[in-house]
Amino acid sequence: MNLTRRSALAGAAAVAASTGLAACATAGGGDDDKVKQGDTSAENPLGVSAEAALEVVIFKGGYGDQYAIDAGASLKQKFPKVAVDHKGIQGVGEVLQPRFVADSPPDVVDNSGAGRLDLATLVSAGKLTDLTSLLDAPSLDDPSKKFRDTLMPGVIEDGTFDGKPLVLNYSSVLWGVWYSKSLFAKHGWTFPKTWDEMLTLNDEIKKAGLAPWTWQGKYPEYLNDPLVSLAAKAGGFDLVKSIDNLQPGAWQSPAMLAAAEAIHQLAVRGHILPGSEGLSHTEAQNAWCKGQVAFIPCGSWLEGEQQAVTPAGFDMVMGTVPALTGSDKLPNGAVMAASSESFIVPAKAKNVPGGLEFLRHLFSQKVARGFAESAKALPVVTGATEGLTLTSGLGSVAEAVKAAGPNVFSYKFRTWYAPLSKALDDATGELATKRINPQQWAERVQKAADAVAKDSSIVKHQR
Amino acid sequence: MRHGKYRFLAGALIVPLTLYGVFVLSPYLQAFQLAFTDWNGVSDQPRSVGFGNFARLWDDPLFLAGLRNNGLMLLVVPLAVIVLALALAAGTRGTKVYRVVYFFPQLLSVAIIAVLWQFVYTPNSGLLNGALSAVGLDSWRQSWLAEPDLALWSVMAVMIWSSVGFYVVLFSAAMESVPDDIMEAAAIDGAGPVTVFRRITLPLIWESVQVGWIYLGIAALDGFALVQIMTVGPGGPDNSTEVMGLGLYRTAFTFGKFGYASAMGVAIFFLTLSIAVLLLRVTKRERVELA
Repeated sequence: MNLTRRSALAGAAAVAASTGLAACATAGGGDDDKVKQGDTSAENPLGVSAEAALEVVIFKGGYGDQYAIDAGASLKQKFPKVAVDHKGIQGVGEVLQPRFVADSPPDVVDNSGAGRLDLATLVSAGKLTDLTSLLDAPSLDDPSKKFRDTLMPGVIEDGTFDGKPLVLNYSSVLWGVWYSKSLFAKHGWTFPKTWDEMLTLNDEIKKAGLAPWTWQGKYPEYLNDPLVSLAAKAGGFDLVKSIDNLQPGAWQSPAMLAAAEAIHQLAVRGHILPGSEGLSHTEAQNAWCKGQVAFIPCGSWLEGEQQAVTPAGFDMVMGTVPALTGSDKLPNGAVMAASSESFIVPAKAKNVPGGLEFLRHLFSQKVARGFAESAKALPVVTGATEGLTLTSGLGSVAEAVKAAGPNVFSYKFRTWYAPLSKALDDATGELATKRINPQQWAERVQKAADAVAKDSSIVKHQR
Repeated sequence: MRHGKYRFLAGALIVPLTLYGVFVLSPYLQAFQLAFTDWNGVSDQPRSVGFGNFARLWDDPLFLAGLRNNGLMLLVVPLAVIVLALALAAGTRGTKVYRVVYFFPQLLSVAIIAVLWQFVYTPNSGLLNGALSAVGLDSWRQSWLAEPDLALWSVMAVMIWSSVGFYVVLFSAAMESVPDDIMEAAAIDGAGPVTVFRRITLPLIWESVQVGWIYLGIAALDGFALVQIMTVGPGGPDNSTEVMGLGLYRTAFTFGKFGYASAMGVAIFFLTLSIAVLLLRVTKRERVELA
């Protein structure tokens, strides 16, 4: 019969392929014409070779790539003979995947955007340079200060995998609950400090004829952010670590359950704009910008994203997620923050010292300031926005950073274990539509976390 | 002269055949090879895992959800499209205007269709809910793509909508080739329109229907683009619209498991092949020769 003959043929082809073609898609290059580290000095702490070329590939998305061009120019001022080859592209993964496979990657990469390469995979494949020497080098602006001391808290940790700093993120992202200052002033509302106050205020908002909350239902991760923030506030850094370390029962811990209950209450009490579960992020955010809804959860990119449709005088503000209980382990201003725009220096880059030096220039005060101005986002370099006039949203984000001080937390499981974050998204979508209750939610997510912990094909990390 | 002809043919074909081999066949072969490894997409030393990837498929809830949903699509979409297309083709015979109208969706790319229908299904300001309210059916309003029970059906409706037109045109063309004298003879013998359709038209255009059945069967095993663009998650809510293609894409590009994704691809390849063969057998009929 046709079927068996064909499958037999295909089977034979598969066998032939596994032997004959055995080095096609995954062929290694591995030529060792690396640029050697030059002599180090106070002026040149990383030992950059003054003449070696430098190839820089930057994700050119919402933030543009002007800041990276500036960094290249700044480096050229110091090393005029270094030829900086700058490429601003969109599909970072598509372009660079074959080059990583062939071990001939560029010297610096901004691995960001929807098509980025999976960081956990790059890490486990040993494709990244350890950035410790850069972190310990003197900063460009003030040689008495180490590079690592010019960064906001949490940034180095964000890029650290199993004790090794491998990634440096450029833009600081905070998550919170957004509202319009002018709308709140008009109704005499103030942003709540606890979740109970939030629910009370929501009832009041409902009476005024507005929907209290909406969310970007098509992408359920948006509602996870306030949920896991509430849990982190109640359970403290220990809870965050236990979640990331896949500890048994972490998702069913009292703080996590209480946070799920808090979000569930929004649905139970009818505080969510009907239909939100079917809205895309733009649809939900536009409803909020039109003043139909009081609150929306989102990261600090919201202001930039909504620029074109925000009415004048809307004055958006990001409030930090309220405290879950009166006995939270973290103080009230604590905020979930992570950084994005992941800069890496590939391990097999030809010019590793040059790549590191490029980052030293990129994270300088001048370039970071330019980033805040051109990209309307917060760079992770401390003090870079001082003296700048910030817009309403970005200003509130900068204030939140200041108010939080060291109480900044971030979860890692999203980067580490993509299958777990997919399971969490699904469960939270169901929770917000009342199709499951908090207990079922916790059970489902715990099951997914246990499955990841058991799966030997997934590389595990600890913090 | 003869020799010259063959040399010419060989010369003309060598370039396209090489290109086909390099860009079409070799990726297929590589996928088969990668399916037996744990390649993560960037490493240059994938380890062989034997049939491990294929064994995993059996208890991968996402892949099984995709299999289930594609199975339902396989049952519903081809049948609905063919019945609708036959009805429309028979009902509007002779009027070319309708054919052009039916064919419109075929001119749009899948991405555009998906985006358009996503707006139609949008809960608060969408066309569908708006239309329901306009005719006083407020209680019928739904979050079409966010209800697990409705989402897959909403996607299938779009699939059917976008493919019916092509088959209307295919079937009307086939119907036109049915000689008028046979129809007239049947009419004189007193056959009603239903009998004529069942006893004469359908058997005579059966080959077109069979082709349609196979194409639609293959299409029903895909659905990736519509699901990726339209649905919650995507693939949701709660995996109710998960399809195998989406699972493959996610496994490779989000989870970084290219080896396992290749195994999915190989599984889908054999599934599609089997279904095509099966449909060919099931729909086999004696060929009717037109004089």
